[in-house]
Order: sequence, then C-alpha cells, then structure tokens
Amino acid sequence: MTKKIKNLNLNFGPQHPAAHGVLRLILELDGEVVEKADPHIGLLHRGTEKLIENKTYMQAVPYFDRLDYVAPMNQEHAFALAVEKILKIDVPIRAQYIRVIFCEIGRILSHILNVTTQALDVGALTPSLWGFEERETLMTFYERASGSRLHANYFRAGGVHQDLPKGLEEDIFKFCETFPKIINDLESLLTDNRIFKQRNVDIGVVTKEDALDYSFSGVMIRGSGVPWDLRKSQPYDCYESLDFKIPVGKNGDCYDRYLCRIEEMKESVSIIKQCLAKIEKGPIKSLDGKISPPPKAEIKQSMEALIHHFKLFTEGYRVPKDEIYTAVEAPKGEFGVYLISDGSSKPYKCKIRAPGFSHLQSMDYLIKGHMLADVPAVLGSLDIVFGEVDR
Amino acid sequence: MKSLEDLEKKINSELTTKINNTEIKHNQIYIETDKEDIIDVAIFLKTNQDTKFRQLIDITVVDYPEENQRFEVVYLFLSHEFNQRLIVKYSIAENEVIPSLTSIFPSANWMEREVFDMYGVSFKDHPDLRRILTDYGFEGHPLRKDFPLTGHSEVRYSEDQKKVISEPVKLEQNYRNFDYESPWEGTKYIKEEIENNDKKN
Repeated sequence: MTKKIKNLNLNFGPQHPAAHGVLRLILELDGEVVEKADPHIGLLHRGTEKLIENKTYMQAVPYFDRLDYVAPMNQEHAFALAVEKILKIDVPIRAQYIRVIFCEIGRILSHILNVTTQALDVGALTPSLWGFEERETLMTFYERASGSRLHANYFRAGGVHQDLPKGLEEDIFKFCETFPKIINDLESLLTDNRIFKQRNVDIGVVTKEDALDYSFSGVMIRGSGVPWDLRKSQPYDCYESLDFKIPVGKNGDCYDRYLCRIEEMKESVSIIKQCLAKIEKGPIKSLDGKISPPPKAEIKQSMEALIHHFKLFTEGYRVPKDEIYTAVEAPKGEFGVYLISDGSSKPYKCKIRAPGFSHLQSMDYLIKGHMLADVPAVLGSLDIVFGEVDR
Repeated sequence: MKSLEDLEKKINSELTTKINNTEIKHNQIYIETDKEDIIDVAIFLKTNQDTKFRQLIDITVVDYPEENQRFEVVYLFLSHEFNQRLIVKYSIAENEVIPSLTSIFPSANWMEREVFDMYGVSFKDHPDLRRILTDYGFEGHPLRKDFPLTGHSEVRYSEDQKKVISEPVKLEQNYRNFDYESPWEGTKYIKEEIENNDKKN
C-alpha cells in the first residue's frame, strides 16, 4: 500500500523575531526541506512615493529617513544628489566631507546591526550585545549633528542642514581609534566559530550570473565575486579623492557576505579617518539664497534674507523640468531615486529603487532545497529592512 | 562601447526602426521605443557584446492623466562592464496590456507586480501577476494621479464585531492642499537686466 504525502504549508511571520520586520513568508515544506517560498510583503507600506509627490522638495527629505531606518542618511544622500544635479548646484567641499562621514557612519550602523542580528538568528547572543553598544555611540553622533538619533533629516540639496557642533570631529576620531578593536572582538566570536560556520558556509549560494540576473547590488553582488561598488565606479561627492578597497567574496554564500560586511566596516573607519584629516572650515551648504535658507542672524538684518526664508518654507524652491536617475551605494546595495520634476516646487514623480526589494524577491531561488532552519540564516544575510522594501 | 556617443550610434544603427528617439543627458542615455519592440530591445541590450546591460535596475510608470497615452513605462538598465546607465521608455494608453520581461530578466517579476499594483497596468505572460505592496483585497491603484492622497477606506478594530473592519475614510477636516506657488515671476525688465549682468560677469 502506498501513502500519498502532502507538502506542508508553513506561515513564517508576519510577526517572527527572525524575519527582521513584518514579513509573511509562506513556505512549502517537504519534510524539513523547503520546496517553495512565497514572501508576502507590503505590511509596512506607507505610500512614501505618493506622499513625496504632494510635498515640496525640502519636505520630502524626512521620508527618506524612514525607508532604511538603520542607515537614514544614506537614503537622503541619493535624493539630495538627484535634486542637485537637476538644479546644477555645487556642494561646498566641507559639506561633501560631512556627508561622506555620516554616510560611512550609516554603513557601520547598518552592518553592525546586520552582522550581529544574523549571529543572533543562528544562535549567538553576545555579538548583538557588544554591537549595539557601538551603535548607540554612533547614534549619539547622529544626534549631535542633526538633533535626532534616527530620523536625521540632515542632508539638503546643496549641502547639509547645519554645521557640526564643537568637539564632534574629535569624538568621531576617537571612535575610529577604538572601534577596530570592537570589530576584532566580534570577529573573534564569529569568524572561526564552528557553529556560526556550520550555519552559514555554503548556505544561500549565489553565482555571479544569478547575482546579475536578479538585480543584486551591494554586498549581495560583491559576495559573489563581482567587484562593483558605486562609490568607486560612479563616484559622487568626494569619494573620488578617498582611498579605500572593495572587499569581494569568493563563494557567494552567507558566510562570504558576512566577511564582506566585516571588511567593509574596517574600510568605512579608514574613510572616516581620511575625511577627518582632510576636512576644512568653510560653508556647509550652497550659498544660493534661492535654495538654502539664510542664517538666522541675517534674517533680522536683511529684508531679502527674510523674503528668501519665507518663500523657502512656504512655496519651497522650484526645480526646472527634467528627469534623472541617481544612485548611491547604500549599506544594503544600490539605492536609487528616479526623479521627475515639472518646474513646480513639488516632484512630479519620485520612484525609489530599494536594494532590499530585489534581494527579497530572490528568496524563492535562494532557499529552494535548503532546510527550514536555513531560512533565518539566508534572510539574515540578505540584509532586509522592511522600511525600504515596502516603502 | 566606451563612450555614450558610441553607444548611441551603435543602438541607432542596430535597432534602426525600433528606436524612435535617443538623447544623452546627465551622463545617461534615454531611449524611446514602442510597446511591440521592448522585448527585442531588451534582448539586444542584454546580450550584445558592445552593450551588455546585464542588470535591470527598475521598472516604473509615470502617469500623465491629461494625455491620450496616459502611462509612460520606464525601464532602467545598468551595464557593469561599461559602467553605463540606460533608460528605455514608451507610452501606452490606459487598459493596454504590455509584454513582460520576466523571461529575460527574472528580477522583473516583482517590479512588474509593483507596477500592476500601483498603476493597474497589466503584463502579458507574467507568471504571477498579483498585488504586492497593498493590502489583501485592496481596490484601486494608489500611485495614479487621480487617486486621493488620503485613500478611500480606513481600517479599525470594531469592538462589536470583534474584528478589524474596513470603512470609508472619515476626516474631521478635509485634506487641505495649499497652493503656495506664486504666479509672480518678477517683472520682465528686471529679469532681463539680471540676465545681462550675469552674461557680463
């Protein structure tokens, strides 16, 4: 007598600690082997693109913090660059360095979170306790520069909102001196850890070809051995003048992606140090009164400054009719903004290209044939944040 | 191709009738084509040795409700080999069904689902055309320009029915869209003077 075996359908999420947010993953299981994965996303959909169409260019910036909320300023950067290119304005050199410093801080923030929570998903608790302490320090830097720990709203078209407060540069430098030791500590816990390796080596392997076909970017494509980094290949702001290496993986598995992230953090520290060495005093935003608001003191003295201030915060600046796609190397991959302006003070369309969206799409391809227990490991190494996937 | 100009020439000579217009700006190349030709154009861009646009970055639609051909479909491509970006566009009317790129670029799957969800544009030969970002049972297409910012329905937990229910949006105060845009552009003779001064400097 033969018995028919039916595959089991399992609901992973929408509330699951290893889903890194609100993901509903419908898994079809044959015993413990995953046959099919169907991610249901959109549980955090807030209609960011629709909202941006109804806001002025300056009011659109805070929405970018809420996309990938573990590295807010990297998102703002893409939008600021898009508007700057259409307006054809130059960014003062000091502002460029400040932006790069905070983008690299964002990269470290994101990678610490990812590496340590992935370790948590596969059974190691300590890294997250150590890592989160460092994240807290970095977020105080965010707070001191912008006034808030997470939703910074700091980058503007033409520069940054305000200058760095006194002593911040020194404190960031001190952090850069001590942080490499923390990375080494994390590595001593994980890199040669038998359990960590058993859970990650040869899991979720992506070949070069597939990485291209599935529109992977960032660590996901570098882990598979493609040396592609927008900071090098299509440099923006002052990345051209900085010296840094691009870590590339060999096997394209979860473990290689972990190693890439660790190396990238070290490179980020070196980038921040170079910026701190090169940064000079100077203006921190475009001096064009039609785009940047005047300093407070000037408003009290000058009628023109007062008018500029009033017009900027009611009507906002107008952006000539144009369309552009700009992308930055966000911690998770290529984050792009496809912006269409129509000559008014609000964007006509602002399509946000989030790296996580393409990465999560490949879940079915990555997990097919793996065990159920590998799902959190693969999901963790994809580095998914639902703010940006759902938008 | 090394430079964008060479690429433009190459594309124009190879695809002649399939290309309506090409333009280079912002260090990117913009191509206009037709709905019928998009598959051929995509295959050419992906496979040709001189283009190698191996990655589809995104698919999106722009809505121009006042025009006959209401939707403009936009494809963003990236070539790692030559470090170039390319944008392909074509216009379609509402209710037109367009070909799917999923057989050429697997990553087009979710991108097309998103376009379908947000704009209501349908794709032919798509393996799994479902809504992706909006709620189960959602009606309407949110990113169309005629869809209100506040939406049509809101959800809340009903104490009587002991479940989450959906009802039409009720606002204490209507959504106010202030028009701050000043029609005043400055007097002509002053503008001319400023422009002349700029030229002199």
